[in-house]
Amino acid sequence: MKIYISPNIQLKYLLTLLINSILVISFTSSESYAGKTLEAVKSRGHLRCGVNTGLPGFAMADPRGIWRGLDADLCRAIAVATLGDSSKVKFIPLSAQQRFTALQSAEVDVLVRNTTITLQRDAAMGMNFGPVNYYDGQGFIVHKDLKVKSALELDGATICVSPGTTTEANLADYFRGKGMTYQSVVIESTDELTQAFFAGRCDCYTADASALAAARARVKFPHDYHILPEIISKEPLAPAVRHGDDQWLDIVSWTVWAMQLAEEYDINRKNIDSMLESMNPNVQRLLGVKGNFGEILGLDNKWAYNIVKQLGNYGESFERNLGNKTKLKLSRGLNQVWSRGGILYAPPLR
Amino acid sequence: MTESENKNDLKPPITEVGWLGWIRKNLFGDWFSGLLTFACLYLIWKIGFPALQWAVLDSHWSGTADDCRGASGACWSFVRHNYRFILFGFYPYEEQWRPALCIAIFVGMLFISKNPIRWSRKLLYGWLVVFVVIAVVMRGGLAGLSRIDNNVWGGLTLTLLLAVVGITLAYPLGILLALGRQSRMPAIKMLCVAYIELIRGVPLISLLFMASVMLPLFLPEGLVPDKLLRAQIAIVLFAAAYIAEVVRGGLQAIPRGQYDAAQAIGLSDVHRTRLIILPQALKIVIPPTVSIFISTLKDTSLVVIIALFDLLHTAKATLSNPDWLGFSTEAYVFVALIYFLFCFSMARYSVRLESILSPEKSGSV
Repeated sequence: MKIYISPNIQLKYLLTLLINSILVISFTSSESYAGKTLEAVKSRGHLRCGVNTGLPGFAMADPRGIWRGLDADLCRAIAVATLGDSSKVKFIPLSAQQRFTALQSAEVDVLVRNTTITLQRDAAMGMNFGPVNYYDGQGFIVHKDLKVKSALELDGATICVSPGTTTEANLADYFRGKGMTYQSVVIESTDELTQAFFAGRCDCYTADASALAAARARVKFPHDYHILPEIISKEPLAPAVRHGDDQWLDIVSWTVWAMQLAEEYDINRKNIDSMLESMNPNVQRLLGVKGNFGEILGLDNKWAYNIVKQLGNYGESFERNLGNKTKLKLSRGLNQVWSRGGILYAPPLR
Repeated sequence: MTESENKNDLKPPITEVGWLGWIRKNLFGDWFSGLLTFACLYLIWKIGFPALQWAVLDSHWSGTADDCRGASGACWSFVRHNYRFILFGFYPYEEQWRPALCIAIFVGMLFISKNPIRWSRKLLYGWLVVFVVIAVVMRGGLAGLSRIDNNVWGGLTLTLLLAVVGITLAYPLGILLALGRQSRMPAIKMLCVAYIELIRGVPLISLLFMASVMLPLFLPEGLVPDKLLRAQIAIVLFAAAYIAEVVRGGLQAIPRGQYDAAQAIGLSDVHRTRLIILPQALKIVIPPTVSIFISTLKDTSLVVIIALFDLLHTAKATLSNPDWLGFSTEAYVFVALIYFLFCFSMARYSVRLESILSPEKSGSV
């Protein structure tokens, strides 16, 4: 004869089993995070990089599921610097709310998610920012028929803007500061917002300049629209790392700078091998011909050579993702090396 | 004699039988329904025809986005170019036969186990084997398949995974909770009631959010389960609470006499529950249970807020591609069709299952 346990005891047993199994799964399923970030990345064999879930030109999946964009390229560059291979990176798409937690909880090694540097984020949220990888700012787009040449002529205009963002606050500040009035048309979804603008519901649409370019790229006659020269806010976008690992911050920073320096010295993917013979000491130091700068960072001495060889310099990445050959057609503007009129001013590598 | 009588019978007027009769009776029974019929016909003409024109007559099936922009109809070549990302997400392009195979195996298995006649212990083991095979094929790392981590799983694959695993685990858990709520032991009862009410008191989105944003802050670094597992657990816990309440409804609908009769023939508590009460209770609650399954499938689209790429999110992601901006209608129609296919078949199947399992009601075994 079988002995039956009462259902309540069985239930208790099952519940305990369930709770235990959840705990066991949670303890075994993730990799352990060992001390310094660089060592963790090396022993893991790949970099974990937090990116946007889909922002054209910065981080976005193409139809084959491959990440494209300026941010995605920077992730790859850090992977090249640390592991020597641009494919050794795991992209972790993060929502705006998730991004800082993901960094703090070591779910990602570095956050390259078009994040604006602000004092609060830098000081209070336990993160450090690397150098700025893209200078964005809020701008305006109008139809050419409006014959507006400057944002100062927008007094009394109806303006499409997305609600509850810094964009909306910046807009209000700007118009109040200039003593002008405007009528806002507020729509939550970006897709609907841009459609409303192109359907003629507002005179003007305001957002970050890169987003304006993306919106313009979608219409049938992009040349009918004109992005005004005024940029009314500062949005310096930079990679971020956790507090407390200075070596890792150095690596991320110098990866950004190496790509900018390569452009400054006219080193690109095509000519890099001939550049190895260059007599310019700056080039020699960057490419690891002279000195041991890679080793000082804890990397291979050919780190910068590998980055440019595999991904190109900053300008090449920019043109590939944002520039004139893409649908976004963004001009370099501030995002040009200092010697050519921009404000990308990488410190000397020596 | 009877034949000649039949010959002389007057046939009913042609407007009373056949399709004309049907139309007259059902569409123009009185002046009000006649009016409604005309109103509907007008609406069909006004909405249905342009929709047909857009979706079929004027549509573009090949070519680039620029070809499409010139045309007035739907741009199905958008779907043709992007369907693999929409269905499989970031799964490596060359390896996408693997999730496709898994979905095929899964759907095939569903067909095999459609008929309750085939339900047996063997089929259950078959399902266990299928789950293991699917896990191996998806993850790889065995039998020459390359290892593919679950952070690149996406699209339809992810939606089905979250829904199927969610439902499979939540159903037994929900039944246990429902039984627990009926328990005579106060501690267990309290626990179950507290759990059910707590979970039902918060929206799924907040559970997902806590699992994805807050949990990692409480746990030590490196001990955090991955994002997919966190979302999966949240979905299971959520669905279980709702299933528990549905099952409780079924349990309460069983007449007291059934309990007494089971006791009278000497069944133990376990046997009574397993053989008498649960089979009847679960059958009664098939329709609301399937509603919960359907809403679980649809709720998986909420994982978008924790940046998992489910079916809806991959479709949205293709929309932000500058090459294909502005084809949102096509993308959403495509995704809606897929959701509809799964939800509608679930609903139809539940109706069928109900009639098969209730010979006393319809007799259509």
